[in-house]
Amino acid sequence: MDVGATRGRMADYLRDHRDKVIGRWSELVVAGLRGRTSVDEVRRELGEVYSLVVRVLSDADEHAAGELRAALDELSRGRARDGFTPSETALGVFSLKEAVYELVADSAEMVPEFLAFSRMVDDLGLRTFEAYSAAREQIISDQSISMMELSTPVVRLWEGIIAVPLVGTLDSARTQLVMEKLLDTLVATGADHAVIDITGVPTVDTEVAQHLLKTVGAARLLGAECTISGIRPQVAQTIVSLGIEFGDIATKATLADALALALRQAGLKVVPA
Amino acid sequence: MEQVPILKIGPTLFVSIQIDLQDDTVLRLQEDLADELAASGASGVIIDITAVEIVDSFIGRMLTMIGSISRLFDAETVIVGMRPAVAITLTELGLSLSGVRTALNAEKGLEILNGKT
Repeated sequence: MDVGATRGRMADYLRDHRDKVIGRWSELVVAGLRGRTSVDEVRRELGEVYSLVVRVLSDADEHAAGELRAALDELSRGRARDGFTPSETALGVFSLKEAVYELVADSAEMVPEFLAFSRMVDDLGLRTFEAYSAAREQIISDQSISMMELSTPVVRLWEGIIAVPLVGTLDSARTQLVMEKLLDTLVATGADHAVIDITGVPTVDTEVAQHLLKTVGAARLLGAECTISGIRPQVAQTIVSLGIEFGDIATKATLADALALALRQAGLKVVPA
Repeated sequence: MEQVPILKIGPTLFVSIQIDLQDDTVLRLQEDLADELAASGASGVIIDITAVEIVDSFIGRMLTMIGSISRLFDAETVIVGMRPAVAITLTELGLSLSGVRTALNAEKGLEILNGKT
């Protein structure tokens, strides 16, 4: 059997029944999405995809396949961003099969054409799934980047004293970012005292301690002294039972204590006004 | 071979490294500095590495060694102007430059030396 001719006949068939198929297809999709998008919008999106499907089937030009993939990727990305589930997204493509099947069900001579078409729609459905998960992963990685940026502010407490309030778990990537930001700020502001506040760090294990020691070591190389503050009672117990040594690095219970120490070391005294 | 000049300002020797450090340059600097310390009886050394962008473990060790040599002449060494990237590299290499003081800039380095006397 001539595959090209089969596809060609299917393309002609789809072209002839364009309005009917798109109409039914849109109905199925809108029903599946439970009214979260308007019929007109779905019709517009699907109409575009439909024209591309016909162009691919008729083998008219070599760009059609690429354009169809791009259109589907775009559609899936939009669905992923709008919070639709993967099955709802894939359903959008698979219901094209349903819509066409309802039309050709009575005509037995269209079976080979429909089978070829069905295989193509399956591929397209898988494609939407891939695009959907890629878009989701993109969203997740964007969010973790912006969270990373949000979670490492360096604040100035006093002339020559800066503080880094750490919130969340410390891993090597985060430590690297904190270290770079802290050192850059030390150089930029000429501060010679830094307070690393770990009130918001849920657990301190040997790895986190190692990261903290590295940060303090790097700051010392620049000529700045570091204090670690915000050590909670449970954290203190963990540190001791793990046998972690902070050496000669000053540790304080609260940020206020650390600031007081830094002020004293800078030769400043707080007196009542 | 390139040479790093050593300037004597009062009781302090001032070394500003403006070139990319090669191993032989550092060795030469170490010798020159020892000679200068012996001749001048200076009480402090300031090494400015603001312009140094790349360090390796050898150079890190030489800086510590310069500190140890100076101490034999009863002079304190302060390394000033280290870039954040250099500090991170040295930390990752596990070098903490023990025995050498550090300061953010030359001014703060001089304060440390003056405070000592």
